[in-house]
Amino acid sequence: MPGLGASFGRGAATNYQQDLANADCILIMGSNMAEAHPVGFRWPMKARERGATLIHVDPRFSRTSACCNRHVHIRAGTDIAFLGGLIHYVLEHEKWFKEFVLAYTNASTIISDQFQDTEDLDGIFSGFDKEKRTYDPAKGHWNYEGAPAEQNPAGGATRPEAQGPGGIGKKNAGEREPEAGDTGQHGQSLEGGASSHAAPRSATTCADPPRDATLQNPRCAINLLRKHFARYTPEMVANICGCRPEDLTEVAELLCANSGRERTSSIVYAVGWTQHSTGPQIIRAAGILQLLLGNVGRPGGMVMAMRGHCSIQGSTDVPTLYDLLPGYLPQPTAEKHHQTIDGYCENEGLPTGYWSKMKPMVVSLMKAYYGSEATGENDYRFAWLPRIDADYSQLPYFRMMNEGKVNGYFIFGQNPAAGAPNAALHRAGLRQLDWLVVADWFEHETAMFWKDDPKGPRSSQVKTEVFFIPAASIAAKEGTFTNTQRLIQWHDKAVDPDGDSRSDLWFLWNLGRRLKTLYRGSTRPQDQAIQALTWDYEEDAPSYLPDGRRSAIKDEPDARKVLQEINGYYTNQTDPTNNKRKLLSGFSELKDDGSTACGVWIYSGIHPTYDRNRARDRMTGSNPTQPEWAYAWPNNRRIQYNRASADPEGKPWSERKKLIWWDPQEKKWVGFDEPDFEPGKAPDYRPPPGAQGMEAIAGTHPFILKPDGVGWLFASAMKDGPFPTHYEPIESPVENLLYPRQNDSPNARYFEGPMNLIDHVPSKEYPIVATTFRVTEHYLSGPMSRFNSWLNELMPEMFVEISPELAAEKGIHNGGWVTIRSARNTIEARALVTRRMRPLQVDGRTIHQVGIPFHWGYAGEVVGDVANDLVSLSAEPNVSIQEDKAFTCDVFAGRSFTSNQTPTKPMARWPTMSPVPLTPRSAQPEGRVHRGPGNP
Amino acid sequence: MTLHLPILRDGRRSDGDGDGLLATLRDTIGEVVENFPNAFPPVPTPVPQPGRAADAQKVMGFFTDTTLCIGCKACEVACKQWNQLPADGFDFTGNSLDNTRHLSGTTWRHVKFKEEIAPDHDGDAAGPSRWLMMSDVCKHCQDAPCQHSCPTGAIVYNDFGDVYVQNDICNGCGYCISACPFGVLGRADAPHDDGHAHKCTLCMDRQEGGLTPACAKSCPTSSIQFGPVEDLREAARARVTDLQQRGNDRAYLYGCDSVGDYGPLNAFFLLEDHPNQYNLPEAPPQPFRGQRKRYAAGLAVGLALTGLSALFFSGGSRRGR
Repeated sequence: MPGLGASFGRGAATNYQQDLANADCILIMGSNMAEAHPVGFRWPMKARERGATLIHVDPRFSRTSACCNRHVHIRAGTDIAFLGGLIHYVLEHEKWFKEFVLAYTNASTIISDQFQDTEDLDGIFSGFDKEKRTYDPAKGHWNYEGAPAEQNPAGGATRPEAQGPGGIGKKNAGEREPEAGDTGQHGQSLEGGASSHAAPRSATTCADPPRDATLQNPRCAINLLRKHFARYTPEMVANICGCRPEDLTEVAELLCANSGRERTSSIVYAVGWTQHSTGPQIIRAAGILQLLLGNVGRPGGMVMAMRGHCSIQGSTDVPTLYDLLPGYLPQPTAEKHHQTIDGYCENEGLPTGYWSKMKPMVVSLMKAYYGSEATGENDYRFAWLPRIDADYSQLPYFRMMNEGKVNGYFIFGQNPAAGAPNAALHRAGLRQLDWLVVADWFEHETAMFWKDDPKGPRSSQVKTEVFFIPAASIAAKEGTFTNTQRLIQWHDKAVDPDGDSRSDLWFLWNLGRRLKTLYRGSTRPQDQAIQALTWDYEEDAPSYLPDGRRSAIKDEPDARKVLQEINGYYTNQTDPTNNKRKLLSGFSELKDDGSTACGVWIYSGIHPTYDRNRARDRMTGSNPTQPEWAYAWPNNRRIQYNRASADPEGKPWSERKKLIWWDPQEKKWVGFDEPDFEPGKAPDYRPPPGAQGMEAIAGTHPFILKPDGVGWLFASAMKDGPFPTHYEPIESPVENLLYPRQNDSPNARYFEGPMNLIDHVPSKEYPIVATTFRVTEHYLSGPMSRFNSWLNELMPEMFVEISPELAAEKGIHNGGWVTIRSARNTIEARALVTRRMRPLQVDGRTIHQVGIPFHWGYAGEVVGDVANDLVSLSAEPNVSIQEDKAFTCDVFAGRSFTSNQTPTKPMARWPTMSPVPLTPRSAQPEGRVHRGPGNP
Repeated sequence: MTLHLPILRDGRRSDGDGDGLLATLRDTIGEVVENFPNAFPPVPTPVPQPGRAADAQKVMGFFTDTTLCIGCKACEVACKQWNQLPADGFDFTGNSLDNTRHLSGTTWRHVKFKEEIAPDHDGDAAGPSRWLMMSDVCKHCQDAPCQHSCPTGAIVYNDFGDVYVQNDICNGCGYCISACPFGVLGRADAPHDDGHAHKCTLCMDRQEGGLTPACAKSCPTSSIQFGPVEDLREAARARVTDLQQRGNDRAYLYGCDSVGDYGPLNAFFLLEDHPNQYNLPEAPPQPFRGQRKRYAAGLAVGLALTGLSALFFSGGSRRGR
């Protein structure tokens, strides 16, 4: 989530979901929260019951819209125009929260006068290289007046990434796993941007840039912002989005009326924002709006990012990404300055803030990996870590696969054959593999692509050997989830897995053990890392199930030991209670001399002693933040930047919205939440000249991960401009009405080829705007839901939502068949003709939209065409995410030519058919109405 | 319906008890006749009655607040999972997002969807767009027609004051299905199914174990609330007042007080539109209302016809002679 990182410092949701109940107004945009996050949606509903106004801005009238007080139809892909209109309104009507903005943002900071805006250059910012289609922020002077621009060979940020090497909270692509990186790029810029830093980053830090508190200087960030959004008038926005000008002003008035000292508003988004060629910039626009309205770091004031999976935050914290080490440390590159730990830390660390302590983090990580083998003499075996030399993120990797450059592949809990953008291209890539291992609960599309793909070749012509490993279900294994609000929750194992199913942990640990056995006698240098790897997760004692029986699973590793290693331990001290290694109580204890080991530094403190697993805490009390329910990294903070909940003097902005405040008697910050600030730093603290580290952050600067300690209205850290700008999607029937000379994002990448044709804007061939969406009844591409008849009867067939007007024009009737064609592929679906979809008036033309759920595929109990076959493979410049929430298509009545799908699993009326154990027949569940064989 | 037959009663009393086979037979016949038309009546067991103050806290029910429903269908799935009900089939209906159509013998919770969407921007004058959602369920009537109509006594009031179908006593006649004015009951008629009538038990088995019914437990927004029905009614009335004070003057309660021929329902609803929009009868009739009159009328017509035909044949024979 670079949009959040660039604005506030950390790329993770600012508050926790329960806090939505404290909001006075909630704008849900780019999210279908009631359908995709129904359990979390109880909190917006609670807020509504307390009198808050809920607003949904979306191309479709969905179940979320039905629960909101106000719904605005907009055209898919015009979110920045709408948000820009809101920002325009706030500035134009002087509704911004002046004390907050002046104290806590860079509104008054003076920007270099050589920086040129889209207003000056007709839709692009200064520093654009037309041939390479990239921005060079240094050449474009995206920096504060007087500050040196960061020299970055690959065109990274001008300003140092205050949030540090990894860019905390790098967002995975909601429903499809990792999407990091860019060509040869690297996680360390915030979320995906630049390659490694060639020069030490300390040279560019500027904690005290020039400011003009009177805002008279036209180069003040807020004056540039005003100028940038001057075009986004309600009439212009309405013309672009297809709504009415009154819709925009009404939403703006609601937000303004519910912001300020006494009231707070929240913004909720999900992949409806991220999966665009301008995704992170949409989130930036939300960040700017919330900074202007003073809705950051306060109860009920937030930008809430709804994640697409249950533990996708965890998969970036303890990363499954190719370019990150655990805890957002960048994976070292093949470049020279990354050869040693010192060179790496010097180039990737920061002189200010917590990233100044990077070496202890890396050394402790190496100790956790290699144990006693990692010593100061051998540079803690830093040389053993794999180095990055190219982009191995998912989309480019599948392209390499298509070219026959990849031999084998492991897939855990993922279904790219139906869930990835341009899924047909992904399936073609899988057919080039020699072998594929799929571990999952069900034999889904990726496991069956070799024989059941209706659009693929005959199985005899597929060379790939597929190994399907049955995986244990969630109830049959223990471990943790990290959810969207950074909350790490432990879950116990309830039963043993069925049959040969095993947990992913079992599989990986035993795979590692076998590899270690195979390499035991090797003397080759490249095998030493495997030989030295610490792999000691054996169970000390047999484990028992909750019913008291002994677990029947052999060789199951102890997940608690993994968590203890993640937490970290002393290598030279023992715990007096059990003579085991003493565990760390937090990341402040990390040392760079090899006396500590720590698997994931940001999680350190989660298991401070052997008998205390804080992820297992389940205490509730009167504190609204519920600090004793599980553990939130970092350091159990529930609301980030919560220093902003108090005014510059340290008093709460209002009694109603108080969270933490300065206690002058005790000389510390107190309140309901763990302060996201130095606990003893007084509000009147001012850094001495030339201060370094945390000393450089003043007592009034809540955004402690930013070098100047304030939220960024002007953010140079983005790769496609310091201000969000409306560009049309890569495929759109409408030209850019705001900047006619620049239709789509100037530096988005698209991998055009015969399997990935693109109907560039203005799209003529395909005039209808399509967007994909989710329904409550199914989960993602369906591998966990389309094998369950209780869910399948609720949503049995692939369908497409069409407005009555479009249906009449095309001769489609409700329930009939529709063929949908994009530049890539053709699919078919049943028509759901509904007024919830509506044609929009855009620039005097009628634009039709269709909504396509992406839950179906060719495997399972109910089958249907793959919606993601329609989507193009493209990459947004910051995080390389694809654009599947807005593309173009055409629809026709009737079926497509290849419609010959049969379910791969026969219908089972009861998804589970075994009798309830230890229960007499008369007391079996009521619904056992089946008298046939097999029923109790 | 009880018919008093004084001769038999008096005769039994005069003969005294235990007077051999004849007396037993006579007693049996007497009971059968006495209990006509329900030949094998349920053994009366003391069940909680909402009217009785001592029982008020024992009658459990549902309050379904449709203004809080988000249409997630978690209740439908939780119900099927707990009760192990089979899926009914995979049919795309094209009727909003509802693909399970209605309550049945194998669907005991059902979420209805009703789209009321303003056609375009000008539609605001006609009222804002709405999408009504409601989780429907057995109403657990206090004077349930299904219970009245059951010839085998399979349908009883259970310890929680709710209507319960005893599977092993049901003979599958289906009278209850046509008797229910809400279309709740259904028969499991698929091949290999038992052919009996089934409906919501208000999770009697969970209640016996001290648990909340599965649907109410799974509802993420507390649209379905479970508890002593008297408490629920109080909360529901407060809720309507609250909503009306906040400007929602469409909100009202259905079944909290008497509706149609029925007294208060043990599962009642907060609605925002006419009951017909939710597929609920505006004034549900008791099917046995006027039954005595109909019986009397039938009897009278029969007698009249008999008399007429007797007249006809007697007159005819006279003429024939």
